[in-house]
Amino acid sequence: MNTLPLKIREELDGYFTQNRLSEEKKRDILNTVKILYAKSSYDPEEPVGVVTAQSLSEPATQMTMRTYHFAGTAGIQVTLGLPRMLEIFDARREPRTPTMTVYMKKDHQNIEDVRKIASSLREVKAKDVILSTTTDLTEVQIRCKLDTKKLASLGMDPQKVSKCVRLRNTETLVEGDELIVRPKKVDLKNLHKLKYSLLESHVKGIRGISQVVVTKEEGEWIITTLGSNLKKVFEIEGVDYTRIVSNNIFEVLNVLGTEAARNVIIKQAKYTLEEQGLGVDVRYIMLLADLMTVEGHIRAIGRYGLSGQKASVLVRASFEETKKHLTSAAIRGEKDDLRGTVENIMMNQVAPIGTGAFTLVRRLPGLAGKKEWREKPRRTAKPKKPKKTKKPAKIKKTRKPKKTRERKAKKPRKKKK
Amino acid sequence: MIMTSKISEIAFGIMSPQAIKSLARVRVVSSDLYDADGYPVEGGVMDPRLGVIDPGLHCRTCGGGIGECMGHFGYLELAKPVVHVLYTKTIYQLLRMTCRKCGRILTIPPEGKEKKPKKKTSEKTVPSRCPHCKAQQKKITFVKPYTYYEDKNELSSETIRGRFEQVPDKDLRKIGFRGGRPEWLMVTLFPIPPVTMRPSITLESGERSEDDLTHKLVDVVRINQSLKENIDIGAPEFILNDLWELVQYHISTYFDNELTGVPLARHRSGRPLKGLVQRLKAKEGRIRGNLLGKRVNFSARTVISPDPKISINEVGVPETVAKELTIPEYVTPPNIKYVKELFGLDKINYVVRADGRRIKVTIENKKELMSNLGPDWIVERQLHDGDIVLFNRQPSLHRISIMAHRVRVMPHKTFRMNPSVCPPYNADFDGDEMNLHALQTQESRTEATFLMDVKHNIISPKFGGPIIGLDLDQISGIYILTMKKTVLNREETAQLFSDAGIDIDLPDMEKFTGKEIFSFFLPKNLNIDFKAHACRNCDTCKKQDCPYDCWVIIEKGILKRGVVDKAGVGAENGKIIGRLHRLVDNENIKDFIDSYGRLGTAFLMKRGFSLGVSDLDLPDSAYKIIREEIDKSVKESHKLINQYNKRELTILPGMTQEESLEAQIMNVLASGVSRVGDIVSENIDNNDIFFMSSSGAKGSLINTTQMAAVVGQETILGKRIKRGYLNRTLPHIKPHDLSPRSHGFVSKGFKHGLTPFELFWNIMNGREGLMDKSLRTRKSGYMQRRLVNALQDLKVNYDGSIRNAHNQVVQFTAGEDMIDPSKSDWGNLDWREFIETQAG
Repeated sequence: MNTLPLKIREELDGYFTQNRLSEEKKRDILNTVKILYAKSSYDPEEPVGVVTAQSLSEPATQMTMRTYHFAGTAGIQVTLGLPRMLEIFDARREPRTPTMTVYMKKDHQNIEDVRKIASSLREVKAKDVILSTTTDLTEVQIRCKLDTKKLASLGMDPQKVSKCVRLRNTETLVEGDELIVRPKKVDLKNLHKLKYSLLESHVKGIRGISQVVVTKEEGEWIITTLGSNLKKVFEIEGVDYTRIVSNNIFEVLNVLGTEAARNVIIKQAKYTLEEQGLGVDVRYIMLLADLMTVEGHIRAIGRYGLSGQKASVLVRASFEETKKHLTSAAIRGEKDDLRGTVENIMMNQVAPIGTGAFTLVRRLPGLAGKKEWREKPRRTAKPKKPKKTKKPAKIKKTRKPKKTRERKAKKPRKKKK
Repeated sequence: MIMTSKISEIAFGIMSPQAIKSLARVRVVSSDLYDADGYPVEGGVMDPRLGVIDPGLHCRTCGGGIGECMGHFGYLELAKPVVHVLYTKTIYQLLRMTCRKCGRILTIPPEGKEKKPKKKTSEKTVPSRCPHCKAQQKKITFVKPYTYYEDKNELSSETIRGRFEQVPDKDLRKIGFRGGRPEWLMVTLFPIPPVTMRPSITLESGERSEDDLTHKLVDVVRINQSLKENIDIGAPEFILNDLWELVQYHISTYFDNELTGVPLARHRSGRPLKGLVQRLKAKEGRIRGNLLGKRVNFSARTVISPDPKISINEVGVPETVAKELTIPEYVTPPNIKYVKELFGLDKINYVVRADGRRIKVTIENKKELMSNLGPDWIVERQLHDGDIVLFNRQPSLHRISIMAHRVRVMPHKTFRMNPSVCPPYNADFDGDEMNLHALQTQESRTEATFLMDVKHNIISPKFGGPIIGLDLDQISGIYILTMKKTVLNREETAQLFSDAGIDIDLPDMEKFTGKEIFSFFLPKNLNIDFKAHACRNCDTCKKQDCPYDCWVIIEKGILKRGVVDKAGVGAENGKIIGRLHRLVDNENIKDFIDSYGRLGTAFLMKRGFSLGVSDLDLPDSAYKIIREEIDKSVKESHKLINQYNKRELTILPGMTQEESLEAQIMNVLASGVSRVGDIVSENIDNNDIFFMSSSGAKGSLINTTQMAAVVGQETILGKRIKRGYLNRTLPHIKPHDLSPRSHGFVSKGFKHGLTPFELFWNIMNGREGLMDKSLRTRKSGYMQRRLVNALQDLKVNYDGSIRNAHNQVVQFTAGEDMIDPSKSDWGNLDWREFIETQAG
């Protein structure tokens, strides 16, 4: 039973409790399932890497280039299709459309609370509360008329706004419902620029979250946001911080760690593929995500990530930047031990993968003692039956390769000691 | 494969002058290539001791002929050392890191005084005083491409070389410089590569055209010679400098002719010359173009065409191809008779005698060769039926883009294949060409038989379902055959099986329903029920009591209920095929697909299958409703436009006024079109066009709707058509008109015809599709290359873990449960169904 994966074990347990079966019958079933499982298992030396790459990129040729799509029922636009796939595999620091799905705690599952939380998430910029601005050139200052109504609804007043709008080398004053920003040094040239940085300055809410949409999904209120900032959202009262989802891989990596980032990669890649109606086995996405995160941080698929960090000089040189890799290998006196696939293809040798990995050599039973078969010139050393016989592979005995293989096989063992 | 020797490691390093000298066979002194008689000059760069490139001649060094002698190096003594351009940065770093007086590395503390490093010493923080000899260091600057200054004094190449000679080996090892000595980066002996890697071509006029590298070498030798002479006669400094600069330039461009800041070295014709780096680099370079992309013999390419009568793992090979491609047959005592038979039939193209001579078989020498035939000979025989060959269609995005087929020699000039194998190759017959490879070794043929044969690749590793199944007419045929109304009498049934080429003993019955006929080849332990593709998605599914016969039930290998269509036997979706691989072996699945494919085709041919414009006719009442629906949604969008103009429009969250209007109009029109779709599906006859879309053979309801009723909104970049003139799409439209008709809404179907505007919108949309496709293939092609490069050496190990070539574990259990998707049921292990099948 222990040899079976957890999921199947649980299913079997459920099946056994559901159907009352005799011990004998149970054993029978268990054995059948075990055989079935063994038949469905990976064979050793299976080149999963290449199959993974092919399974992920072949459907990509069918993906649309259309980038945006509305996520679910909420009106938030997210990047999808091939551009999103590239974004994930390239491990871009910042996705084009970062989003979060925020869940509420149970005691905050009413529309008022959710609305409140939603509005506290949204970033309010100065331009959202300013009705009009005048650039006063004689006094060298900017006067802004504030929207007091809007401020009140946000629970703010001009004083508070002036505290938020702190720009470098300026002083901020409040005159009634007017905000006055004045550079400390008289600086006419940059006054216009100042106006723009004033309008963009943060007033309230969480930085980077430009849109919030409240929806009800499966009987639960959720908030979808455009822009993502996990750390800040965690601090907000009423938010179920155990379930927040962000699509920003690097943010998740920094806040929640590598495993969480791996899960985001899997989830996002899977979602992107499924949204396009392309069925790809999750195992491939998982393998890719695992490969990207094995080192504890995220490595991109490409020149500056995984491919540039490969151990083999020839693999790196064959991908991109041939000159760089070959010259630096010469300086460092690097050695390529030709253990990978590509290196051996370059050397015109059998690569140690799949059927090329076998180190066992067996003499054909019928020809065991016959000298003439072995000592003939190389070309004819391959006896062949007439016509296309479908007998199993005949593997010839050779001496030299055996030795090298023995040496190789021992190496890893030594390391373990 | 018999391996006599194996390369187990490749070491990289810098070549020392001694190594260059010991490798060389010629000391090059002359810049002349050929003398007046056209013979190569000794001591020139085409010296005959450097190798042979002319057929019939022998190498002066090793005596080998063309193809035997790999060529030999020569060397040139440079009058002054030259900077190796590929290492200018390394030289700069080394100059900054080494003491100008004692040559020790500045960042390494002297022995015995090692302090714990406070910070990581980066190359930017080099101490200004040598910790070993206390000498004050000067500032080194590097000016691209290859000049170095020490406090504004140019460093001569001799000085640099001198400094590098002082650096002790132990220091070098500490900084990771293990490829040789740094002074070797200043070239003193310049290796002249063998002529075999820079062959000259003799033109028709008898003129010789030299390789780019040879041109470059001539330049280097010539300038170096004149530099040497000038040094000898004691020429002024500036002349020497100029000449040295020129040698440096020629050697630099010889190595790399794409250096920044260095003018391109050009051929007389103006074409830039190819340096050594250009030979290696990029797609057509040595590494990607030759080492990783190998060319083969024994291959053929021609147009493909369909033949539903051959098996899925067969390929029809034209006679002309079969006569050209050969397979080596090793003559042994047991098969000598067979080989002689082949001789008699003129099926042997070449003979390789025991001494290794390859002789073409002609009518003249046929008899003679036949009588001399003996063991140890190899004959190259033509392809015949049953040979295993590889069949491939580019782009090879998959491993199933190359599969093994059995040869079937056929007349005419195209490769024939069963249409069921189109999906894995992504092939169609609109002029596609495919490649065929005849396997040359027994090992490769064995691997092809057991791993690459089509029958072993029916389940796609991508999603664990069948990638090969029935397609197009085959589905239509099976669909109509398994419909409730299909009943054939005994004679018709027998005729059907005969047409399909299936040999079967009919049970003693007078009439056969289509479902009974279908059940003939199902394995007896197959139990399955599923929803057919033709399912109409009723609000409440009645399952086995489906009024449309869309719930398929197979019990003990007998089709009880339901129509069999794409969801049952189609490629990618076929539930029956997907289940079969648990019950029977691959050979039987192959036979299953073969027989049902032929059955479907045969039945359809007998029944006839056609469609015409009248098949798209709907009753007048339906047309009336359709027009009303369209008018209604158009009116509604006008209402929205009015609201927008009055600024009364409801704004959707996160959108501007304009965006809200666009989104709402698109919505209104789309729902109108989808309502029309419903009306079409309700009113269309049960005709062949309907059968095609409902069975999943080809097309969908959308296609039918577009033909019969309304095409709908044409989009560009997912939005209504906006581009064109200022504030309007076409000159005939009033500016600022936002109505559907002026922004790409096509309110008629193809059957009724489009207005000129509408046609224009339709074509705009079509063009966008074309552009999108070409962009997409490029992007995803690059993505694939990167993915493959990143993942290529991951493999499953004997302990079930996935590791890379250097034994780093990526997953401890492959796929977390060891289940191979290509052996799974859509990624899962359906053990319950399997047990129940076994039990039932």
